[in-house]
Amino acid sequence: MADLIKLTAAETAAKIASGEVTAVEVTEAHLARIEAVDEKVHAYLHVDREGALAQARAVDEKRARGEKLGPLAGVPLALKDIFTTQTMPTTVGSKILEGWIPPYDATLTKRLKDADVVILGKTNMDEFAMGSSTENSAYGPTGNPWDLTKIPGGSGGGSSAALASFQAPLAIGTDTGGSIRQPAAVTGTVGVKPTYGAVSRYGMVAFSSSLDQGGPCARTVLDAALLHEAIAGHDALDSTSIDAPVPPVVEAARNGSVQGMRVGVVKQFRGEGYQAGVVQRFDESVELLKSLGAEIVELDCPSFDLALSAYYLIAPSECSSNLARFDAMRYGLRVGDDGTKSAEEVTALTREAGFGDEVKRRIILGTYALSSGYYDAYYGSAQKVRTLITQDFAKSFEQVDVIVSPTTPTTAFPIGERADDPMAMYLADLCTIPTNLAGNAAMSLPCGLAPEDGLPVGLQIIAPAMKDDRLYQVGAAVEAAFVEKWGHPLLEEAPSL
Amino acid sequence: MTVTDLVSYEDALASYDPVMGLEVHVELGTKTKMFCGCATTLGADANAQTCPTCLGLPGSLPVVNAIGVESAIKIGLALNCSIAEWCRFARKNYFYPDMPKNFQTSQYDEPIAFDGYLDVQLEDGEVFRVQIERAHMEEDTGKSTHVGGATGRIHGASHSLLDYNRAGIPLIEIVTKPIEGAGERAPEVAKAYVAELRELIKALGVSEARMEMGQMRCDVNLSLRPNGTETFGTRSETKNVNSLRSVERAARFEIQRHAAVLSSGGTIVQETRHFHEEDGSTTAGRIKDNAEDYRYFPEPDLVPVAPARAWVEELRAALPELPRVRRNRLREEWGVTAHDMQSILNAGAVDLIVATIDAGAGSAAARKWWMGELARRANEDGVELSALAITPAQVARVAALVDEGSLNDKLARQTIEGVLAGEGDPDTVVEKRGLKVVSDEGALGAAVDEAIAGNAAIADKIRGGKVAAAGALVGAVMKATRGQADAARVRELILEKLGVEG
Repeated sequence: MADLIKLTAAETAAKIASGEVTAVEVTEAHLARIEAVDEKVHAYLHVDREGALAQARAVDEKRARGEKLGPLAGVPLALKDIFTTQTMPTTVGSKILEGWIPPYDATLTKRLKDADVVILGKTNMDEFAMGSSTENSAYGPTGNPWDLTKIPGGSGGGSSAALASFQAPLAIGTDTGGSIRQPAAVTGTVGVKPTYGAVSRYGMVAFSSSLDQGGPCARTVLDAALLHEAIAGHDALDSTSIDAPVPPVVEAARNGSVQGMRVGVVKQFRGEGYQAGVVQRFDESVELLKSLGAEIVELDCPSFDLALSAYYLIAPSECSSNLARFDAMRYGLRVGDDGTKSAEEVTALTREAGFGDEVKRRIILGTYALSSGYYDAYYGSAQKVRTLITQDFAKSFEQVDVIVSPTTPTTAFPIGERADDPMAMYLADLCTIPTNLAGNAAMSLPCGLAPEDGLPVGLQIIAPAMKDDRLYQVGAAVEAAFVEKWGHPLLEEAPSL
Repeated sequence: MTVTDLVSYEDALASYDPVMGLEVHVELGTKTKMFCGCATTLGADANAQTCPTCLGLPGSLPVVNAIGVESAIKIGLALNCSIAEWCRFARKNYFYPDMPKNFQTSQYDEPIAFDGYLDVQLEDGEVFRVQIERAHMEEDTGKSTHVGGATGRIHGASHSLLDYNRAGIPLIEIVTKPIEGAGERAPEVAKAYVAELRELIKALGVSEARMEMGQMRCDVNLSLRPNGTETFGTRSETKNVNSLRSVERAARFEIQRHAAVLSSGGTIVQETRHFHEEDGSTTAGRIKDNAEDYRYFPEPDLVPVAPARAWVEELRAALPELPRVRRNRLREEWGVTAHDMQSILNAGAVDLIVATIDAGAGSAAARKWWMGELARRANEDGVELSALAITPAQVARVAALVDEGSLNDKLARQTIEGVLAGEGDPDTVVEKRGLKVVSDEGALGAAVDEAIAGNAAIADKIRGGKVAAAGALVGAVMKATRGQADAARVRELILEKLGVEG
């Protein structure tokens, strides 16, 4: 049974389809693993044992009836606690939604169920996806399986930690400024932020609507592609959803190659603040790409230096409006409702008790940035920077097919180190944010361990919007070359828990 | 209620020039809400017509109702507006318990329609052009019911009940530019504008625009400036004035109130005002200084609306004849005075008369019945003309029976009474009640002979040339036939039999 948790999603699906194992056995193996290690890791906020087993049984019955199974049928998955689920609580890592069971499933939740993916439970995250370490969760931090005293990245640290500790072969994340890619980088896993609009946001609790994007997390590029295909595609319930066929991501992942491709290296993505070991592994990755037949092109994207500032105006502005609905009137936490207080007082007390510091900080920041008299200077300027970044990407993609960079400037930092220094925390997303602002697609995959601390380093691949398949084509080639070089997948070097 | 000092309307106008701005909200009659698929039918159980989107549940998203956009464009075109080639929704951020997301999805600096005008006709026929600033799309809020207080307002209430059925119903907000130059006729212009707008909305078929149902709501902004000056004074905003009469009264009251404050050396507070139907007064609401900040920004959950020019032109070409144009055409066709036409309009009889004419009646007969007997009945019963239990086709049939001589005026009224009483269509009523005019010459001749024989003295007078005396004999014949004879024919027969020329 122990082996079942080490399989990739593709292998698991194949074994279930062939009858070598049952979906129930696979699910039970993962539930046992969660039981054994999650007390230490704290990847999950909620485990739906009965629901998962029922879904697994349904898959086995389907197979017994001779029905055709989908490419991920029976494969377990860890769902970030930001997607609504009718049968499980949805807290978004916040006290303000403690115990809330939504009356509807997110489109993504539905698609997972339709694909017969077994949802094991909901994973921990920074409150409302605001953070880069999962320390902002109202339910306590998550440990990095490589070193439990280190952060697993954020906001999707629960999902990345679940993958890296073999508590699920697949996970779902959301990426507003790097919340899929940065956790993937620091845990030695694979995470993809698809093109904005590729995966429906209906039922995904909003942080910053124009930046939020759900996406697949996995331990291999192919698994990520299989999950990508299952969750992407047009949704009439999301006006910003792309109404076009999903790019051929699985085909691309099965045919990895960079032969003859032009790969860009942006000069703004290095320098002060970048850890030496991260830069070293990145430079080796560039050499590797060259050796695989890629042509390397140096790029200058001056607007990227402004990305972080623009992001920290746009995201808080949108969040200040999106989070206004949490007023204790219709759902979630309600504090002070003792019959003596006005609705306004109850709302104030509830928000005071229900929102954490980082959430409050961003609501205040965003409220200020949108105020009349400041709008043009802040929100307005940030939108202009956004346009410049989009233009820099557009110019770059005239010269190259993909861009590569380190995913994050440093490896996983110790839990608590940056908790009181928001600016230091924000720097973790330096390389990931431009992609969110421009709306194009990016992936992070492991490119080795930093020599100085032995922790995983992520390589980011960035593709133009709607060309998500290029991420998988390049990612699969890089992954294969690294595994060949190392003799095994990187995660095999992670300590057993 | 606080007693407000007023000056007389005439005195107010002698010193001050009113400037108005009218904001009208129209609830569209779409089958579903503006941003979700929930039904919009009135009268459903509280919160029965809600879903994650219109309840603003975490994770929910809006999708624009295409019919809502189409209706907005139609209204814009009918108001002679330019239609935006590209525009966005915006979030208007403020807290209110009956607003589920604590922001209203509206439009800010990019309205779908802008820079238009509406010509409105005053009762004496004068046409006043009201300039339109913009028409934009937004969503309605839910409804709060404040329970336990004396006034029904939130102050003093023990708790509030919230019904979100109305939340998300499409609204079009139509805003005028400052209306200047109306002078003493300002209240009349305000009323005529809202009336004209209501007719227009109805003609477009985008809403029933029933003010008493809240489907059309008007805010009256008003300020005064000393006669002969240009700068606008401070305005008050009288909210939710929900009948045509109230619009006129609110404007009038505010002119008198502002004038009283200003002429006693006071200053007008920029505030909202509540209008009171019972005495036509307004009282202070909340202070509205310019610092109110809705933190508008483009709605990131919706894509821009970019109506194709070809589609806009298609909609323009399909616009119905506009109410004022139609009214003037009909007035000419019917040959009535402006004053009579206004009465017909006020009675809500235009469409009924047109339909009656379409069903074959002459225009004079159609007008006569709807504005006479039927208007009287509607008035007695306290209902709209259109709510009477008679159709234009039935009225046309009555008119036809009169024309062919089967009914006289009195019998026709009895027939209509029967139809209104639910006795069936006109022919059935005539049949059942036996109302046909006696046109059998034999029977009529006998009745005339009898009357002459029974009133020999009168008959002699007539023979002697006193033709006017024939009326008495006609009366006797009508009595004998229980009114079912054609009085004119009876008179002819009497004169004929007595050998006198009529």
